[in-house]
Amino acid sequence: MDNLLEELQPIFRDVLDQPNLIITRESNASTVEDWDSLAHVNLVTAIEKRYKIRFALGELQELKDVGDMIDLMKTKLGQK
Amino acid sequence: MINIDSLSLDDLLVKRKGLRRQLAAQAGLQDIRIAVLGGSTTNEVVDLLEIGLLSSGFRPNFYQCEYGRYYEEAVLDPDALIEFRPDVVYIHTSSLNVQEFAPLQCSEEELQGYVDVEVERYKRIWTSLEQNLSCQIIQNNFELPAFAILGNMDAIAYGGHSNFVMRLNLAFACAGVSNKKLLIQDVHGISARIGLKQWFDWERWFSYKILHTPEANLAIALSLTSMVRSMYGKSRKVLVLDLDNTLWGGVIGDDGVEKIQIGRETPVAEAYTAFQEYCLSLRNRGVLLAVCSKNDEEIAKQGFEHPDSVLKLEHISCFKANWEPKHENILAIGRELNLGVDSFVFVDDNPAERAIVEAQVEGIAVPDIGRDVVNYAGIIEAGRYFEPVSLSAEDFERAEQYAKSSERTAFETKFADYGEYLDSLEMSAEIDTFKPVYLDRIAQLTNKTNQFNLTTRRYTLAEIEAISTDSRYIGLYGRLSDRFGDNGLISIVLGRREDATLHLDLWLMSCRVLKRDMEFAMLDAVVDHARTAGVDTLLGYYLPTRKNVMVADHYEKLGFIRRNSSAEDGSIFYLSVSEYAPRNTHIKVAELIHG
Repeated sequence: MDNLLEELQPIFRDVLDQPNLIITRESNASTVEDWDSLAHVNLVTAIEKRYKIRFALGELQELKDVGDMIDLMKTKLGQK
Repeated sequence: MINIDSLSLDDLLVKRKGLRRQLAAQAGLQDIRIAVLGGSTTNEVVDLLEIGLLSSGFRPNFYQCEYGRYYEEAVLDPDALIEFRPDVVYIHTSSLNVQEFAPLQCSEEELQGYVDVEVERYKRIWTSLEQNLSCQIIQNNFELPAFAILGNMDAIAYGGHSNFVMRLNLAFACAGVSNKKLLIQDVHGISARIGLKQWFDWERWFSYKILHTPEANLAIALSLTSMVRSMYGKSRKVLVLDLDNTLWGGVIGDDGVEKIQIGRETPVAEAYTAFQEYCLSLRNRGVLLAVCSKNDEEIAKQGFEHPDSVLKLEHISCFKANWEPKHENILAIGRELNLGVDSFVFVDDNPAERAIVEAQVEGIAVPDIGRDVVNYAGIIEAGRYFEPVSLSAEDFERAEQYAKSSERTAFETKFADYGEYLDSLEMSAEIDTFKPVYLDRIAQLTNKTNQFNLTTRRYTLAEIEAISTDSRYIGLYGRLSDRFGDNGLISIVLGRREDATLHLDLWLMSCRVLKRDMEFAMLDAVVDHARTAGVDTLLGYYLPTRKNVMVADHYEKLGFIRRNSSAEDGSIFYLSVSEYAPRNTHIKVAELIHG
């Protein structure tokens, strides 16, 4: 479970097409290049498909950065 | 080449940006401009469509309307669209975009009134696009509504939304049949195959106004890709079939014809029979069937004489059963049918054979059909290889025509002198300027003829229509009949007049009528029309492609003189009209009376 950040690296790199990108728990849309609203939808959809989870309405608005996202994912994956 | 059929949806979604970059780096892509007018957010479907088209040899350039403004941008404010000059406009709407459903309590007449109002709104879109742009329109019909509030009666009652959508779809079908520039994408069918529960994506709808699941958007994008491929003549034409454990169960050489599984006796035999019926239905709509099998030819043919075999030898346009490598046999089938192997689909239960054919035969499609016959048809169907965008009588008769061609080949061998053979064919041709009734076929031929095609210029129906009424152009079509039957409309020459010179922008012929001297008859007619129009010189162009080597010396054979030395980027030839004497001696050309 603690490897989630590492697992997300290639997803971010592929979706944003930046092979050398390194994300941290603190990364967010304003610190990562090209992470715009379209890319955001693509990231969320990619994560939902990969982990077979669904984010509920409103859950995503609460998130400030990748760390929040990982914590939310952990909750969801723990529930499964 | 990246085969997107082999990628999972997850990979496509995650890697789409990198895939697009890699695919766009390929050489020789054909530019195409596509405007997408959506009733919901269309970015995902456009991304997936872009990857589909890039992997089909196109380089698409997209325009997407402002969110939800599909009507406004098409009808009220089309300037941006006009400036974009799309080749294709795709109107992507859904049952959620219906403006006003009929009230629950209404009569049949009232329901029809509400349906008419909705259809009229779309007709204004289509008409405006036709008047302002020279493009093909693709309009999807509608999935059933997400909720059937009247239960089963939703499809029955005049106030049911399902009933409304079905009537709307029927009206769209009628509009598509009567308007050649309007293609209807059957989203009703596509959504049914996926299932409405996997179709609508309410989280993404409320969050981002994306209405469909990624699965649905992929299905929509792939179906659009096959429609565009078909519009540009890139649909496939031939289904090449293995025999043992593909068309029947068992190995005929080992088991004997009486032991192979075909017919109604066992479940396995029934499944092979059903697959043969599927192949026959493809053949009856114009897809050619060929056999490529490692077998003794005589024994292999016995399989088709089995009383329960649905497929008979007469249904097979080319039959190769021997012990040579399959890829060599497939290349031979291509030569015999005069068709490029990149229009072939190869079906074989043996993965090793599939692998070698896929590696050795450039451009052939080799679906992984697995080993279970119950899945074969569904897997071939999912590849959307044979998508037609229009159906002409010629499509339904094609297999017959090829059968007659092989009869001709047999017949040919009896003559020592080729001229004598040509005379014995009792050929007659009709050659005339473009007529409305043939414009469809003419546009279709410009898009699918690759071998006997001097310039390989593609024309849309809209362009051919414009040319047919433009006095600067001399456009001639040729039909050819012989003692074996009517070959249909098989040749087109298009000349563009500039002062006293006629530039031959296009000269093509179906390979069905190769070596019949039809090109002489066409040239006689071109010169006739050119003289009448005051032309003194014909200029012919040969633009080489990978497929049209057979016509490299076409103009010189016709007596044109080469003007430049042979160049890779094309050759130019000229012919003086005043010195020309008619060349055709073997084809009787009908006198046409113009009234």
